[in-house]
Amino acid sequence: MTRRQFYTGVISLAVAGVIFILPFVFVLLTAVKTKQDAALLTFSWPVEWHFLDNLTEVLRTRNYMLLLAYFNSTVITVCSVTLLVLFGAMVGYVLQRRPSGWNKVIYAFVLAGLMIPPAVVPTIWILQSVGLFKTLTGMVFIQVAYGLAFSVLLFRSFIATIPRDLDEAAIIDGAKPWQIFFRVILPLLKPVTVTVIVVQSISIFNDFTNPLYYLPGRENVTVQLTLYNFQGQFQTQFNLLFMNILLVTIPPLIVFVFFNRQIVAGMTAGAVKG
Amino acid sequence: MIVQKSPYPYWFVMPAAVVFSVLFLAPTLASLWFSLTRWDLFSAQFIGLENYRQFLREPFLIQGLINTVIYAFATSATKSVFGLLLAVLLTSGIWAQGFLRAVIFFPVLVSTIGVGITFSVLMHPTNGVINVALSAIGIPGPGWLTDPALALYSIILVDFWKGLGLATLIYIAGLASISPDYYEAARIDGATRTQMFFRVTVPLVRPATVTVVTLSLIGGLRSFDLIWAMTRGGPGFSSDVLASVIYKQYQAGFYGLSTAGNVILFLLIGLIILPMTAWFNRKEVDL
Repeated sequence: MTRRQFYTGVISLAVAGVIFILPFVFVLLTAVKTKQDAALLTFSWPVEWHFLDNLTEVLRTRNYMLLLAYFNSTVITVCSVTLLVLFGAMVGYVLQRRPSGWNKVIYAFVLAGLMIPPAVVPTIWILQSVGLFKTLTGMVFIQVAYGLAFSVLLFRSFIATIPRDLDEAAIIDGAKPWQIFFRVILPLLKPVTVTVIVVQSISIFNDFTNPLYYLPGRENVTVQLTLYNFQGQFQTQFNLLFMNILLVTIPPLIVFVFFNRQIVAGMTAGAVKG
Repeated sequence: MIVQKSPYPYWFVMPAAVVFSVLFLAPTLASLWFSLTRWDLFSAQFIGLENYRQFLREPFLIQGLINTVIYAFATSATKSVFGLLLAVLLTSGIWAQGFLRAVIFFPVLVSTIGVGITFSVLMHPTNGVINVALSAIGIPGPGWLTDPALALYSIILVDFWKGLGLATLIYIAGLASISPDYYEAARIDGATRTQMFFRVTVPLVRPATVTVVTLSLIGGLRSFDLIWAMTRGGPGFSSDVLASVIYKQYQAGFYGLSTAGNVILFLLIGLIILPMTAWFNRKEVDL
């Protein structure tokens, strides 16, 4: 490393620190302050550290609403990501292995899924008529419908790298189609599956708009909806509001630390012509 | 003749197709009809193009339409320009390069609502950290979110802050796929750093540019949660966009009007993205 590269790095880090790290430090500091201290909105060291007090108070708010929200968000995320992996892999597999006139149609739908904004009120109307409006099940299927296009694209391009010889060998051994897929192909998709799981989990866990429309009502709150509701309730208790923000920020931070590589792979898919 | 069954049966596609058709395609098609009605979810009365006429007549609805376009183009342009510059910087072998990439990327993964609330506190007109810091160096800070002329641009700034990391990451992947031979050849020909950037990097990083511009335009046109967390479209209607107008009309019970807003957003995205994609594909470079 040249001197120039070293000093450029130091300066860049200083600038990035102010712009990208300080806001998170502000969240952390405000989250542990007392109510009066936090109300000043200043970037300062807390007069007293009230980490545990604030944490328990936030959790106790509105009859432990945040715990319910974490439970709901986890259920929605786990169920919809499971289905997204299964459905995405199955569609991507047929799409890649069986070229036919239908492929163009499926591609058109995939592109539509990536581009078209969901028509919210008609969706509510349909959810109501099948009895899934305001239910976690309905929310799961919504997330599957909206996330499908991205999953299919990732799986399809990964399956293209798996040699067809494997399928042929299994066919000769007399395997049925579902056996070839579940026993032979699916286990080989692990890298792309991890990518899909991580990227979709983050986007579904962070989703605010869809629960806002399709999952109203106290008993169905999600983590993001709770944060939004607390924004109104904690007008004068910034310490608690920021404790909530801190709690919402920690799960993605943990995922980021462990799955950095998969996140990068998933989010940069398509950047390189392939 | 024996008809052999394919080992890749179409029923594999069925579960996904059912969910996608019922919850995505059907509502999209239904929206075309319901946008032409006065609708309360139980009965729909056909009123022709009245909803669209109202959309284009009400000043605050038009404001939302204009703001949507400004928002999408401003975030997309800033993210692609600064994303590319940062990507070049972060692949040039500077100190702490990996850590810097992580720091810039992390906001992409954080809750948009959390970011919105944090910045609306940081941007508080009198006590906010940003304005306190500005006044310390003698600059009177503006009312970031309280000045109607500024609110939309303040949100654009935060969107840029949150999304820059993704653009940078995509550009880094794009840069990695450029063969070093091109730079070597340019260096032998005596090209300067600036020339290399504009003559080698920019044309060859094109697939990444297409991705960044397309993704951020679509995202920008549809964006809702950041705006909703920071200003709810205010002050007045100064930072309303189509997505927030759709939500407000939905809340007010004007389901037909809200759905018309949805169709307009759909058309707007199509009108911007489709010609752009066609143009990008036509101008493919061969090197």
